[in-house]
Amino acid sequence: MNPSVAALRERFGGAVTRSFESCGDTIVHVDATRAIEILRWLKDTPGQDYNYLADITAVEHRDGERPIEIVYELFSLTRKVPLRVKVELPKAEELAVDSAVPIWAGANWLEREVFDMFGVTFRGHPDLRRILMWETYAEGYPLRKDFPLRGRFSRSEQVRQALNANPEAHYSMEELAIANVAHELPAEIRDRLARGQRGVIPDPEGGRG
Amino acid sequence: MAEKRVMEMALATTGIDSAGRPVRIPLGVEGEDVEPELGGEHMLLNLGPQHPATHGVLRLVVELDGEVVVRCVPHVGYLHSGFEKLGEYRHYNQIIPLTDRTDYLAPMSNNVGLALAVEKLMGLTITPRCTVLRVIACEMSRIISHLVWLGTTAIDIGAFTPFLWTFQEREKIYDLQEAWTGARLTTSLTRVGGLMADIPDGFVEGLRTFCQNFHKTIDEVERALTRNGIWVARTQGIGALSGEEAINWSLSGPMLRASGVDYDVRKDRPYLGYETYDFDVPIGEVGDVYDRYLVRVEELRQSNRILEQALDRLPDGPINVDDHRVILPPKHAAMSDMESMIHHFKQVMEGVKPPVGEAYLPIESPKGELAYYFVSDGTAKPVRWRIRPPAFINLAALPRMAEGHLLSDLIAINASVDIVMGEVDR
Repeated sequence: MNPSVAALRERFGGAVTRSFESCGDTIVHVDATRAIEILRWLKDTPGQDYNYLADITAVEHRDGERPIEIVYELFSLTRKVPLRVKVELPKAEELAVDSAVPIWAGANWLEREVFDMFGVTFRGHPDLRRILMWETYAEGYPLRKDFPLRGRFSRSEQVRQALNANPEAHYSMEELAIANVAHELPAEIRDRLARGQRGVIPDPEGGRG
Repeated sequence: MAEKRVMEMALATTGIDSAGRPVRIPLGVEGEDVEPELGGEHMLLNLGPQHPATHGVLRLVVELDGEVVVRCVPHVGYLHSGFEKLGEYRHYNQIIPLTDRTDYLAPMSNNVGLALAVEKLMGLTITPRCTVLRVIACEMSRIISHLVWLGTTAIDIGAFTPFLWTFQEREKIYDLQEAWTGARLTTSLTRVGGLMADIPDGFVEGLRTFCQNFHKTIDEVERALTRNGIWVARTQGIGALSGEEAINWSLSGPMLRASGVDYDVRKDRPYLGYETYDFDVPIGEVGDVYDRYLVRVEELRQSNRILEQALDRLPDGPINVDDHRVILPPKHAAMSDMESMIHHFKQVMEGVKPPVGEAYLPIESPKGELAYYFVSDGTAKPVRWRIRPPAFINLAALPRMAEGHLLSDLIAINASVDIVMGEVDR
């Protein structure tokens, strides 16, 4: 077991909820509200030095009762030691966790991808919008287990939407402002963009996805 | 403007000092704008998704002040294929063809990475011959990937000829790859616990001939570029990132090492016995486009060294583990022996079943740290298959690197990232 786990338990006590090994990797579960504090501590504390954020991703288990896990794969470039930190987000509650962008700039696109694929919100993220799917994608979050492999909409509906897509909608409001064309947009898109609805598209069934 | 012209004229001579080292020639005077402040409004330029310099379907929305990039907003996802979702519906061995299509310039190293990750999940130890053959596959991939990078980047910056030389050399590796796997792109080389096939007759001799002659191509390209005044002026000081910043942006591979950070997965988290090979990891100083070029060129030479060592030590023996719960029994056994037939049936119908657990295994792919993260619930299909895409994460730093440079430099910086959209978008 990675000695950082004992150090974490000593420093953060109850915020470290679980730790175990799997296939030689050490995994430590921490409390969602203190995750960022803990990640910062792991990065900045001498002797820990987990200065490299290798990856951020999420896991949803097939067992629908289990919470969604946010996985931070850390690596210490000085000590050459990996550590996997996980945060559990129960599905009954709001799927949100604080953003790690203030600690690592590289978290930016990784968190956008988790948001895009799982619908997890990262509080304080500077630019949280869809990244791999397009901004007006309305079928939900593709990597969730309740998302069917072929998508929610029928093939004909997908084609219809693609044909009806307004190419101007593929620019963000700031981008349009630079080009001085925002006023030429259809009123509906302009309103939506003006309300700051970038990347947060209302679910067809109501509520946020 | 006039001053810039003069500077370009001066650069038409080679940029080397008296000791023969390349010198860094600034374009314009330090601390002074190349173009005078025009004071006009900013322009929005859309670059891509269909543009030869975006290496696939990358779209960049660029805010320009004159010719200077104020802001660059990359839009990705045009090639999104949902590989990670597809993987959740497939047996572990059926995922291997998906990995061919992520980083399609180096399919064999993706195959190797996937097999290693599943083997870590299952606690399998592969045979010595398989280990060495996988090293050969990885280094062949690195060479073809870097050769494509070198050729296309030279074209992006305006040098056409190196492209022809590197692609000619790449074709030789492709011939060997085709002889081994039957495919140029969709190699699907590995299987969990082994390989799809052993190397064919004449492969070792063919690869040896390649190794002996390969350095000539690199020397030629280096002669054309490394001390070329235009190349130096177009790449030095462009898109520089300090080591600290490169770590902060989670860069990996040549992008990270060009910034002076000594991190190579082959050395620092060894797999496939890389610690037993004698090779060097080139490190840059400035972290600009030029350093990335130098790092990749040196990596080509080092890969060649590893290939030679691997060929020297290639042991005889089986390529697959001797466990028919993982590897299909030979066809003749499946047709004549009851137990083998059952194993064959279960393999085909049910697939390989790793125990409950999770494994993250990084390898040093040509683009950087490529990792596969598997979560298994004990069934034959993964709960989660995550690709840690080095090109995607490296590309995230593009806006930071391009800020304040000229639009033409944006093309050079983008080229230096070495993106493959198949991997960025997955």
